Amino acid sequence: MSDTHAQTVAYVRETMLEPQAPPVTVVGPIGWAKTNLFSSRLNTVITLIALAFVYLVLSILLPWAFHNTWSATSLRDCREMTGTDHGAACWGVIRDRWQQILFGNYPVDLRWRPILDLVLLLVALAPILFSNVPRKLLWFSAAYPFIMPWLIWGGSVWVPVMAAVGFILGYLFLKFGEKALGSLFAMIGAVVVAIVWWLFFLGPVSDIFASILPIGLEKLGSSRDIGGLMLAFVIGVVAIGLSLPIGIVLALGRQSDLLIVKTLCVGFIEFIRGVPLITLLFVASTLLNIFMPPGTNFDIVLRVIIMVTLFSSAYMAEVIRGGLAALPKGQYEGGDSLGLNYWQAQRLIIMPQALKISIPGIVSTFIGLFKDTTLVSIIGLLDPIGWATAIRADTDWIGILWELYAFIALLFFIICFGMSRYSMYLERKLKTSH
Amino acid sequence: MKNSIFLGALTVSSLIAGAAAAGTVDDVKARGVLNCGVSTGVPGFEAPNADGEWEGFDVDVCRAVAAAVLGDSKAVEFVPTTGKTRFTALASGEIDMLSRVTTWTFSRDVDLKFEFVGVNYYDGQGFMVPKELGVTSATELDGATVCIQTGTTTELNLADYFRVNNMSYEPVPIETQTEASQQYLAGACDAYTTDASALASVRSSFADASAHVILPEIISKEPLGPLVRHGDNEWGDIVRWTLNALIAAEELGVTSANIAELAAAPGDNPEINRLLGTEGSLGEMLGLDAQWAVRAISAGGNFGESFERNIGEKTPIGLARGLNAQWTEGGLMYSPPFR
Amino acid sequence: MTTITDPPKESFRLSMLLYDTRYRSMTIQVIALIGFSAAVWWLVGNTIQNMNALGKDLSFNFLGEPAGYDINQRLIEYTSQSTHFRAAIVGVLNTLVIAVLGCALATVLGIVIGVLRLSNNWIVSRIMTVYVEMFRNVPVLLWIVLAMAILIETLPAPRDYKGDDATASMFLESVAVTNRGIFIPGPSFSNGFANSTISWLLVVGVLVASILAIRYVRAQATKKQEATGVRPTTWYLQLGLLVVPVSIVCIAMGLFWTSPELKGFNFKGGIHLRNSLIALWLALSLYTAAFIAENVRAGIMAISKGQSEAAGALGLRPNRIMSLVVLPQALRVIIPPLISQYLNLTKNSSLAIAVGYMDITGTLMGISLNQTGRELETLLLGMLIYLTISLLISAAMNVYNSRMQLMER
Repeated sequence: MSDTHAQTVAYVRETMLEPQAPPVTVVGPIGWAKTNLFSSRLNTVITLIALAFVYLVLSILLPWAFHNTWSATSLRDCREMTGTDHGAACWGVIRDRWQQILFGNYPVDLRWRPILDLVLLLVALAPILFSNVPRKLLWFSAAYPFIMPWLIWGGSVWVPVMAAVGFILGYLFLKFGEKALGSLFAMIGAVVVAIVWWLFFLGPVSDIFASILPIGLEKLGSSRDIGGLMLAFVIGVVAIGLSLPIGIVLALGRQSDLLIVKTLCVGFIEFIRGVPLITLLFVASTLLNIFMPPGTNFDIVLRVIIMVTLFSSAYMAEVIRGGLAALPKGQYEGGDSLGLNYWQAQRLIIMPQALKISIPGIVSTFIGLFKDTTLVSIIGLLDPIGWATAIRADTDWIGILWELYAFIALLFFIICFGMSRYSMYLERKLKTSH
Repeated sequence: MKNSIFLGALTVSSLIAGAAAAGTVDDVKARGVLNCGVSTGVPGFEAPNADGEWEGFDVDVCRAVAAAVLGDSKAVEFVPTTGKTRFTALASGEIDMLSRVTTWTFSRDVDLKFEFVGVNYYDGQGFMVPKELGVTSATELDGATVCIQTGTTTELNLADYFRVNNMSYEPVPIETQTEASQQYLAGACDAYTTDASALASVRSSFADASAHVILPEIISKEPLGPLVRHGDNEWGDIVRWTLNALIAAEELGVTSANIAELAAAPGDNPEINRLLGTEGSLGEMLGLDAQWAVRAISAGGNFGESFERNIGEKTPIGLARGLNAQWTEGGLMYSPPFR
Repeated sequence: MTTITDPPKESFRLSMLLYDTRYRSMTIQVIALIGFSAAVWWLVGNTIQNMNALGKDLSFNFLGEPAGYDINQRLIEYTSQSTHFRAAIVGVLNTLVIAVLGCALATVLGIVIGVLRLSNNWIVSRIMTVYVEMFRNVPVLLWIVLAMAILIETLPAPRDYKGDDATASMFLESVAVTNRGIFIPGPSFSNGFANSTISWLLVVGVLVASILAIRYVRAQATKKQEATGVRPTTWYLQLGLLVVPVSIVCIAMGLFWTSPELKGFNFKGGIHLRNSLIALWLALSLYTAAFIAENVRAGIMAISKGQSEAAGALGLRPNRIMSLVVLPQALRVIIPPLISQYLNLTKNSSLAIAVGYMDITGTLMGISLNQTGRELETLLLGMLIYLTISLLISAAMNVYNSRMQLMER
């Protein structure tokens, strides 16, 4: 570089110029619109088409939806209120029947029980889903599966307590029998002990306790009273809860190198995943009683829960298998090198991690299952869609259609959207922790 | 039994396994509740009201049986069934009797192993069309689109009728009556076919009932009645004679108004006396007490009262007695004698 | 160093079944097998006992008896006098129709929406997000029922086309959109074979031959490109191969189109796409497309940004980058979840029963079940059919998948 240049410059600025504000066309709403909406000719056209589309949809929906028809008691009322036969929403039907869509025929004075159940569910899930909750709460989570059905169906408090005792007996047998019998036989023995307890002692023992100390809730007349959104929740929560252990067993079976065990598990999983849920519900409604010992008679809600549990456990097995596969091999080897046997390694090392990874998958399985519970309307159960059909048959509301479906769709949307957002958040969190 | 629900299959099955070997009537008495299968809703015949209580013509039969056996017409658990589930529900013992606009046919009685205990409504399959189509006879329906409810004898009758008359049609199978009337009203089908009684009740629910006509052709016989499982004759007898008691009560002039008076002491008419248990021991023969028929009739009135209250001409359904009048008035309702 | 000697040979002892890992796995398997057999034996025993009590037997003879009911949409000849077996076949074909149509539309929609969700255009990507969330979070049954209701309530009835003051008119004089379905012109042959199926098979056969020929031409072109570096222009040859033979066959057999006409109660002639088919098709495709869109989006986002930047540096335009660089790679990520979406769609097609579309659930597991009362047999058969379809789909797609994956190095 020559130094002539320096001499030609008469004045050298010693301080930086203050940066100028960017032109208004680049920042602010205009700039944003320019880069995001009108960046090119094609983009402009697309934006305009999209805006027209949004306008079209809203211009149909909004004038229809915004009518103050809450107080109507029948469709005729609505038509008088709005002065049109069609083209106006009649929200009176929601005010009139929302309780049935939410609770079905569940007795009005007992409705605090399912609501409490839902609140307790959130409490029970908290320690599993959020890491900054006291760990002691996990004991409540363990107790919840016994509290939940008791609150819904009512009856003596001793039945769930004695049912829990079955688990405790099995655990005790496992703990003390392990030395004498070896882990495998202790495990089998524990299962046998628990089943024998439930089959032969549960009823009599809880009767005895109930006669000594009668504590209980009013019994629900019939499972059929559970309806509406509550039915969807009951089926979904119970089936997911029960399918978790079954799914773990199936996933382990599918991964095992024991040929027969593996074949059985793969066969079951693929069979269930290969047929539509509705065929399983048909089995529940028409065949399940034929498969059971003569004279057995479950009510339909229970039968549906059984089949839905089988259904979801196959999907759960696949989710957990994904979790197991995602664990680094070192974890398995680490377990082996510590001299842990198979079940100890599973219990102490593998499962806690695999399950944690699987939580987003479990949540999406639950969302899917929760949506699929609407299928029970096809076999005549009164879930929200079933109630929609029943309400439409009411002489006051004959001809009503969109309002009910819109309301039900909104309910499902809020719940499923919330859960899926949560599961996404969890996925992100799990990703960063690795 | 309900209390062990969450323990699932094993517990419950073992608890009940022993109990069900006995006859249905003992089961019902032990349970204290009659499980009665109904449909998911046919206006006038069975439908839950705003309080969730079931009402209707078929429902009254269930209530009468519950009153006769258990002494309480409210001790009924109504189990809504679909066309697909009704027979299995009955066969598997989930319900004790089915009282659900079900047609008595040979194959259902013989092949499906059920026992129809009688007929409480003589029906037939008809067609409804909008008046503006200008159709006056079902024979003019060649090429029409016809809405049918699936899971019934209706679709078989329809197929036979159009085949015999050499006509073509387009069937639109539909699951529920609500859906069917919605499609029919929107013009998605030209004609709507089902039992004539149901057509009348559907038409009565339309905003403008006069714009629709029910065609004169009745293309099938549809005797509707309650049914029970094959093989349990004691239970079959109870349901059969409860139904007969309702029919006989109308014939004999026993109504819910005068029954208390008539049952108090033996009157002049020996058959009324036998029916109401003031004479003879018909109740004992059934395995019930003498007052069984009194309770059955008091539950929802006699056959005629139940008819008028639920589906008669004064109700929105507006059905005439027609074939369902007593035999003494030119109908087919005819109870065998109580003796 | 010590030499390893063979452990002393032990004679087999019973306790080895428990404590020796060589035998223990055997023991576990035998126990599992016994448990499984016992469960099956228990179930079968119960079933036999119950069936005996009900006076029923396990028999598939009903399949040979006349079905007695009519089916509106039938791809093969079927009358009410045909057997239950034939009704089941009609149902299976209808299931396959909705599955194929649904998968095709869902794939196209899913890819378009997945790509648009990543669009730079804010409003477009927002609309797509709303679409995806809306459809994913509401039960598919509700969408099916809603789609049917919309079709029935908003479209004109055929009688609106009648008379001088008709409120509706046909589109281009040949397409009628009614609330009974859409009537479109249908092709037929004036001097084809007596059996129209053979004519159609001939057309399809010629089409398949053309496609094989085109593949051959392409393979030759690729060979030449690899040898000389110049790809010969073959698009006109390909187009000719595709169009000419089929046209010749069609003209030879006298192809003509019949437009639907309003006769009597209904439109006659042409092809009738029934309401139930359209509602089910749209609802299933839109629902599944929302899931596929998410898979597509994830697949695209899995491709590193460097790929598209490199393609941009080569001077490719954005849509070429997408179609030539990003999508082919993303496809490998997308296909496995796509398979399960196809399976889901096929299984969800069983909800046809809600709108009266006569698929296998509507015929065999619906009306046949109701009329014969053979729940065990019909449900068993129906489940086996679905299982077979599912296994075939996943087998076919897995083969395709493994071929796609092989290209990876």
